[in-house]
Amino acid sequence: MEGFMSIDIFIIILATGVRLATPFLLAALGEMFVQRSGVYNLGVEGIMMMGAFAGFFATLQQGSPLLGIIVSLAIGALMGLIMAFVSVTFKAEQGISGIGLYMFGWGLSGLLFRLYVGGVTSIDGLKPIAIPMLSDIPLIGQVLFNHNVLVYTAFLLVPLSGIILYKTSWGLNVRAVGNKPEAADTLGVSVVKIRYQCLIVGGMLAALAGAFLTIGQANMYADNITAGRGFIAIALVYFGRWSPWGILLGSLLFSMADSFQSMVQVLGINFPYELAVILPYMVTIIALAISYGRVWAPAALGKPYERGTRG
Amino acid sequence: MVEKIKQLEMSGITKRFPGVLSNNRVNIQLEAGEVLAILGENGAGKTTLMNILYGLYQPDAGEILLNGKQVRINSPSEAIELGIGMVHQHFMLVPTLTVCENVILGLSKRFFVDLKTAAKRIKEITDRYGLAINPDAFVWQLSVGEQQRVEIIKALYRGANLLILDEPTAVLTPQESNELILLLKNMAQQGNSIILISHKLNEVMALSDRVTVLRDGVVCANVKTQETTQEELAKLMVGREMAPCRREGKYSPGKIVLDLQQVHAKGDKGSEALAGVSLQIKENEILGIAGVSGNGQKELAEVIAGLRKLSSGNIFLNGQDSTNMSPAEIIEQGLGYIPEDRIHVGTIPSFSIWENLILKDHHRSPFAKYSLLQNRKIMSHSSSQVEKYGIKTPDLETPTARLSGGNIQRVVLAREITRNPVALIAAYPTRGLDIGATEYLHSKLLEARSNGVGILLISEDLEELTSICDNIAVLYEGKIMKVIPVEQADERTMGLLMAGIAQDSQFLN
Repeated sequence: MEGFMSIDIFIIILATGVRLATPFLLAALGEMFVQRSGVYNLGVEGIMMMGAFAGFFATLQQGSPLLGIIVSLAIGALMGLIMAFVSVTFKAEQGISGIGLYMFGWGLSGLLFRLYVGGVTSIDGLKPIAIPMLSDIPLIGQVLFNHNVLVYTAFLLVPLSGIILYKTSWGLNVRAVGNKPEAADTLGVSVVKIRYQCLIVGGMLAALAGAFLTIGQANMYADNITAGRGFIAIALVYFGRWSPWGILLGSLLFSMADSFQSMVQVLGINFPYELAVILPYMVTIIALAISYGRVWAPAALGKPYERGTRG
Repeated sequence: MVEKIKQLEMSGITKRFPGVLSNNRVNIQLEAGEVLAILGENGAGKTTLMNILYGLYQPDAGEILLNGKQVRINSPSEAIELGIGMVHQHFMLVPTLTVCENVILGLSKRFFVDLKTAAKRIKEITDRYGLAINPDAFVWQLSVGEQQRVEIIKALYRGANLLILDEPTAVLTPQESNELILLLKNMAQQGNSIILISHKLNEVMALSDRVTVLRDGVVCANVKTQETTQEELAKLMVGREMAPCRREGKYSPGKIVLDLQQVHAKGDKGSEALAGVSLQIKENEILGIAGVSGNGQKELAEVIAGLRKLSSGNIFLNGQDSTNMSPAEIIEQGLGYIPEDRIHVGTIPSFSIWENLILKDHHRSPFAKYSLLQNRKIMSHSSSQVEKYGIKTPDLETPTARLSGGNIQRVVLAREITRNPVALIAAYPTRGLDIGATEYLHSKLLEARSNGVGILLISEDLEELTSICDNIAVLYEGKIMKVIPVEQADERTMGLLMAGIAQDSQFLN
């Protein structure tokens, strides 16, 4: 054994970390738009499960991971729409409706799996695409440029979300609606429309995050395959202070810690295994405790909008 | 570009709400370049009338004519298209967005926001009317006066040439109010029409060309400003002779009831908000705290009430040390408190009137026995309070949030005064109240004073301070500039002190 960790293992940990960051990035960026518009959707985990199953099932049936992605996006949009209907149109308490959506997603995806698939079945998922030239760069090439399409999508969505949020008219509307809906309303920006749109986008991204787990990573489906990642993604939105770059930082911090702990187990590195397993969660809790600040939260977060109420 | 509004006429406007006839055949007229003041007490129907003009409500009867043509205004965006802009009393700005972003919100139809072109147009507007503002500043960084300018820019940017301002000076300092009045005059001179909703007589006199007085939803006068006086307008508005409340009886203070010694405390943002405040309030005294708000007034009231910790110094209430005691202990020692936010701090808005009336004594006799509420005693107490303090309410079970501002303040006042406090803190007690309610509050404070209560009155309104206080202390950046007897408190002296200029008396005289 040559030292604590060789350079090869180090690269593997980094490359795996980048890959593991994907579901967190996708789900958290989606949730960021949702929360920026003033709604928090605790149902992310449930949408991820539905997305994971839908992507898996479509791929299994038709043999096309691309179709799997499309189907899961559609299911995600539908789940987002349900949340919007309950929390925006009917103004239900958002925390409760989110938990409802989570349980609905978990139950339904598990049921459908048992009905139509049953046992462990593997599929041909997405293949890594090495980017020509870039993937040949020593070290960095392997870490960053040899992944499947969803990994690239997730990372490209970081700057893209920033541009959408801060440079476009729609992004301006979203920020206004999440902070002072009555002001947006008096200027002809529809609070209901913007919140619906954000919840649908958020649902699609959460479902995509779920689909990544089945068709981009495990190449199979298992009950509760998301293992709480949807809830961690919500925590990462807070950690990232509702900004795409903050969410990127948080996602990488968590996924690198996760990658490290799995390597510890796989390669039998000389590090207490029990400590390694809890490491990612410890990192999240500590980071959240240090960074959390109400000041950064959208002011109207969690408040259903009604015209003409006294603040 | 919208057609310029040369003439506006609203005629026969009637609007009914459940149980209230808010506007009853109201007529108003306005020409370009004119400032029309709509004067009336709270609840007289001013805001309803303007909300009809701005498209927020539809009238039950009557019509709106612009340049002689009848128009229907179904929504604010239609009003904006016609060239009507409104500056709401509570600003409709998003604090986390920049000035520029707030101005163009809802206008940009293209995919990317074009902030550069917008900033250029904003600059044209600000140059034309002399409105200094940085388009890249975030709204939360701006003072209240600056935020109001952003609201005006927002309306002008949308092509408004008829501007409605709802109680525009309610939240401004005297200096900011004067600036606003100059600005509006300038805008009128450049051919814009302005409708000013107000119950403040001095600003109506200073700014308007004509005054329409509303009382109980009916126009009771329509006069040229030059041909009337403040007294006449007050009489028209209230419907009876006004006897301004004045301090009566000699100033004969008793023993010290509230003693602040070198009080230091931090503000919400962690910086020092009170930097060594020493004050004494005696029995039978009203001590006014003058100053531009944000100079430590909020923190001063809170440290005394036990809602904020002192970082150093001492407070003695009725001779006993009350430094950093809990609010409950301080209440026990005899402090009454009329907080600045009368709705959320002064009452629990969703609680009924009777619940709010007994809040500080609900746990003891006669309102509670063996920890059980004594309904019969509470109800008889509450109904006599409602009668005694003239609280207008359908019944005792009504949540206080449904009452008007003046009636909420009566509930707070009834609770605090009935407890027979040794000392009473009143923070901006008349802010936003109309003349009638203000007069009532003043008379009650004076009554408490003659009963021996030592009162600390925090206010931005110099007229209020000079009419009922015995002494006035000026607070500036967390320090007491000076305590002066009310006889010496002229506007110039006070203005200089409020601006932080402590000159020797020889320079002042």
